[in-house]
Amino acid sequence: MELYNLSIYEARTAIDKDEISPVELTEAVFKRIEDVEQTVKAYVTLTKEHALKQAKEAESLAKAGVKKPLLGIPIAIKDNMCTEGIKTTCSSKILKNFIPPYESTVTQKLKEQGYILIGKTNLDEFAMGSSTENSAFGHTRNPWDISRIPGGSSGGSAAAVSAGECIAALGSDTGGSIRQPAALCGVVGLKPTYGRVSRYGLVAFASSLDQIGPITKNVRDSAMLLNIISGHDMYDSTSAPIAVPDFTSVLGRDIKKMKIGVPKEYFIEGMDKEVEASVRIAIRKIESLGAIPVEISLPHTGHAVAVYYILATSEASSNLARYDGVKYGFRAEGKDLLDMYMKTRAGGFGAEVKRRIILGTYALSSGYYEAYYKKAQQVRTLIKQDFEKAFETVDVIVTPTSPTPAFKAGEKTEDPLQMYLSDIFTISVNLAGVPAISIPCGFTSNNLPIGLQIIGKHFDEESIFKAAYAYEQATDWHKRKPKL
Amino acid sequence: MKIDHIAMLARLELTNEEKEIFSKQLSSIIEYIDKLNELDTTSIDPTAHVLPIKNIFRDDKLKPSLPKDKALQNAPGRTDDFYRVPKIIE
Repeated sequence: MELYNLSIYEARTAIDKDEISPVELTEAVFKRIEDVEQTVKAYVTLTKEHALKQAKEAESLAKAGVKKPLLGIPIAIKDNMCTEGIKTTCSSKILKNFIPPYESTVTQKLKEQGYILIGKTNLDEFAMGSSTENSAFGHTRNPWDISRIPGGSSGGSAAAVSAGECIAALGSDTGGSIRQPAALCGVVGLKPTYGRVSRYGLVAFASSLDQIGPITKNVRDSAMLLNIISGHDMYDSTSAPIAVPDFTSVLGRDIKKMKIGVPKEYFIEGMDKEVEASVRIAIRKIESLGAIPVEISLPHTGHAVAVYYILATSEASSNLARYDGVKYGFRAEGKDLLDMYMKTRAGGFGAEVKRRIILGTYALSSGYYEAYYKKAQQVRTLIKQDFEKAFETVDVIVTPTSPTPAFKAGEKTEDPLQMYLSDIFTISVNLAGVPAISIPCGFTSNNLPIGLQIIGKHFDEESIFKAAYAYEQATDWHKRKPKL
Repeated sequence: MKIDHIAMLARLELTNEEKEIFSKQLSSIIEYIDKLNELDTTSIDPTAHVLPIKNIFRDDKLKPSLPKDKALQNAPGRTDDFYRVPKIIE
């Protein structure tokens, strides 16, 4: 097997047995990047020199007998997490030259475990989008079919994992931005429970929804990375002071008698027939492993996209007020301070970010606040209650991750509402704050990956991992690699 | 939507072309969002945040913070230890 196709677990085992060295592994990953990056365009910034230096250090530590879970493991980071001294752009012109003076908590934790930073991956500008076409620095392509989008907004991270341009990656998920690209690129993506992982150093988009999570080649790697990045952080008061279990300890437990909720609202007219068929077959497979499928209802599912595009844009309009050309980032000249603000933001933001700032500002503006923002918050309560009610009778909920496989580049860029509706199955999870994973569950006749979403209760990622691992071990979908 | 007014609130200069496109796109998005009115929410509490979190206080102790030079390293305009901006006072 090619070294760049190794999982974290396989690479860890091989390094520990002295079968491969961190330098060899890192060089193999960069060789792969040399070969395919021109086609995939997953990265905004590559940190080769820095990575090879880290790899040499990891090698001497490994030789000296130091054991750390990520020692010598090449990992990619979505370019909206601050890395001290390394450019962090959010794929936006306004942060094109921004060099963070501090390190995000998640990357600090990875550092402490010995990871090697390969580079910063492409995203939709400020994580706003579902196709990675809203980047100011080029479009990432789907490794399974380069005429198609990789999903978004963590499209760079998902494509890099799928193409073997890293061993694993981190993404962020506000409305599906880890799970949808993971599904469309045939890899595993987890959005943890809101509050499980610190957001310190994650450039804010919608603070009540944003959450960082792993994008990996399999379920075990996902659990391994979640072990490392989880936990309360004094720098993020919304991170939960709750114990972090060893998520790998549930892998391999049987799922007999586990109750699997299947919400009828997630099998809708207009969804892709092959996606629906694959997900139905996956549910039967899970049943054959001893779990019990239960039909449930999440009655407010149809309103989730509307709620999201009020709340997320409102929070974004407030969070993005900081880009004013004063403290960091791009500045345009203006005849006075106001003019400088107006022109800086006009020149620094791309179309989708502007559209969302306008929508959010409108929703929060005097006279509309009650009708939009407050109304959306109330419906958010109903959506949250749907999940609470469902979880009284089931252990996890299983749905398709995305209503369609990867669509063609340019297909939805002219119609923002159509683009927003591609997140219809992932958004409710963020609104309710519950955790969910997307794992590969099949391919279309065009050889495009299909994702299965497994949703759990608040802080019960363990049940998700248990079910996901049982299914994964009974299937071979995760072993397929794109031909590049 | 009074797009000029909203753009001013957002401190965002829009071209005429942007105004035209955004107005059209946003009115179809808002029309879609109006489906929330199908639901009666009179007695429903709003959710701002999913976790039952409250204000967190810490001891008021002096701790190291970002050094001035680091805090200013990304400034588009700088004079000594200050951010430089266009003149505000007439």
